[in-house]
Amino acid sequence: MIPPRFEYHAPKTVGEAVALLGQLGSEAKLLAGGHSLLPMMKLRFAQPEHLIDINRIPELKGIREEGGTVVIGAMTVENDLIRSPILQAKVPLLCEAAKLIADPQVRNRGTIGGDIAHGDPGNDHPALSIAIDASFVLEGPNGRRTVAAKGFFLGTYMTQLEENEVMCEIRVPAFAQGTGYAYEKLKRKTGDWATAGCAVVIRKDGDQVSHVRIALTNVAPTALHAEAAEAALLNKPFNAANVQDAVAAAIAICDPAEDLRGDIEYKTAMAGEMVKRALNKAWSLCA
Amino acid sequence: MSKKLITISVNGKKEEKAVEPRTLLIHFLREELNLTGAHIGCETSHCGVCTVDIDGQSVKSCTHLAVQCDGSEVLTVEGLAHKGVLHAVQEGFYKEHGLQCGFCTPGMLMRAYRFLQENPNPTEDEIRHGMSGNLCRCTGYQNIIKAVQYAAKKLQEPVAA
Repeated sequence: MIPPRFEYHAPKTVGEAVALLGQLGSEAKLLAGGHSLLPMMKLRFAQPEHLIDINRIPELKGIREEGGTVVIGAMTVENDLIRSPILQAKVPLLCEAAKLIADPQVRNRGTIGGDIAHGDPGNDHPALSIAIDASFVLEGPNGRRTVAAKGFFLGTYMTQLEENEVMCEIRVPAFAQGTGYAYEKLKRKTGDWATAGCAVVIRKDGDQVSHVRIALTNVAPTALHAEAAEAALLNKPFNAANVQDAVAAAIAICDPAEDLRGDIEYKTAMAGEMVKRALNKAWSLCA
Repeated sequence: MSKKLITISVNGKKEEKAVEPRTLLIHFLREELNLTGAHIGCETSHCGVCTVDIDGQSVKSCTHLAVQCDGSEVLTVEGLAHKGVLHAVQEGFYKEHGLQCGFCTPGMLMRAYRFLQENPNPTEDEIRHGMSGNLCRCTGYQNIIKAVQYAAKKLQEPVAA
């Protein structure tokens, strides 16, 4: 399979990429890691007339700290998330979760920004971003703006990223000491998307839950922020009954599509199971 | 659509070619350079038979544009053996019978080659994870694991003077 014909552009700066987007309009697509876009082009699900390859823009890569915030360049690849000493110390959930994404070769190409901006509910970083209270820095013709992960995902392949914008940074507050975390992902095989997945970040005060984020992967047209499930736990003791209430609240917002990974009933049940496992694992890491 | 001139080092040999932007690296290697070692399998970045090394990283060449390799160093399975002597991973697959039909082998070899540089002394579990982007439909993987273990051991032996 060969992609349809296109013109290739390789800007060296974000400014050049934004200018090209403005000039070429809706006929242009940004090429990040390419592991979603190129297969879609081979299958003619996407036929852009112009590809703007943003792999040669150094400012979009790398991980750094700015005070209590970890700043991840949007073109940072999954394997660099796994290897990052900063993330291992400050946002270890991203290192653990990235190991569950695709396979070693694909993780050399697939980027965190591409995974988020694509807006595929099967991608893992949307739910992870919600769980870690990330925000995204987007650059367009009128400069930069920052939007929260919560509310960014509007529908399948639809996000708040405008056609003339480039995602530049993912900004994440460093985990407070003692934060528990987990990403539970049920998949049929290495490299598959989740049948259901759940990201949890949790903190405790004595035996009470003092902070909790719960987000779900691939059980609706977008990643889901399970707010009612969080409310079932917040400022309450972490026990089996409250966990079960949270699971029930998460199940209630699931709206999965039936496919080869399972029917609606199965996927919904598995989402509940992933929530339960992720909550218990995250709580066990809490200090 | 205009062609782009690229300069690329493949197995140590410098190549300068004009390519259509849509040409995938796997097609460039096989059809422009007649290097048919890397195979075309699933074409959707799942199976790993097209794995090559680009600038020291394993990449699935069916999901990478040749034009993106401008200025890069690429190693394919044809570049593994040195002066007629098999590389340790090739010897391992041969000695441990790490193949049956052989279709997945070029990708397995290239991934094993890079994996053992990332992790020279891996556990069996680490090998299974490290090789998880390569599918084999014949062997049941057991002998592939043994082949990688053989190569890991061989690569750690002191080189004879």
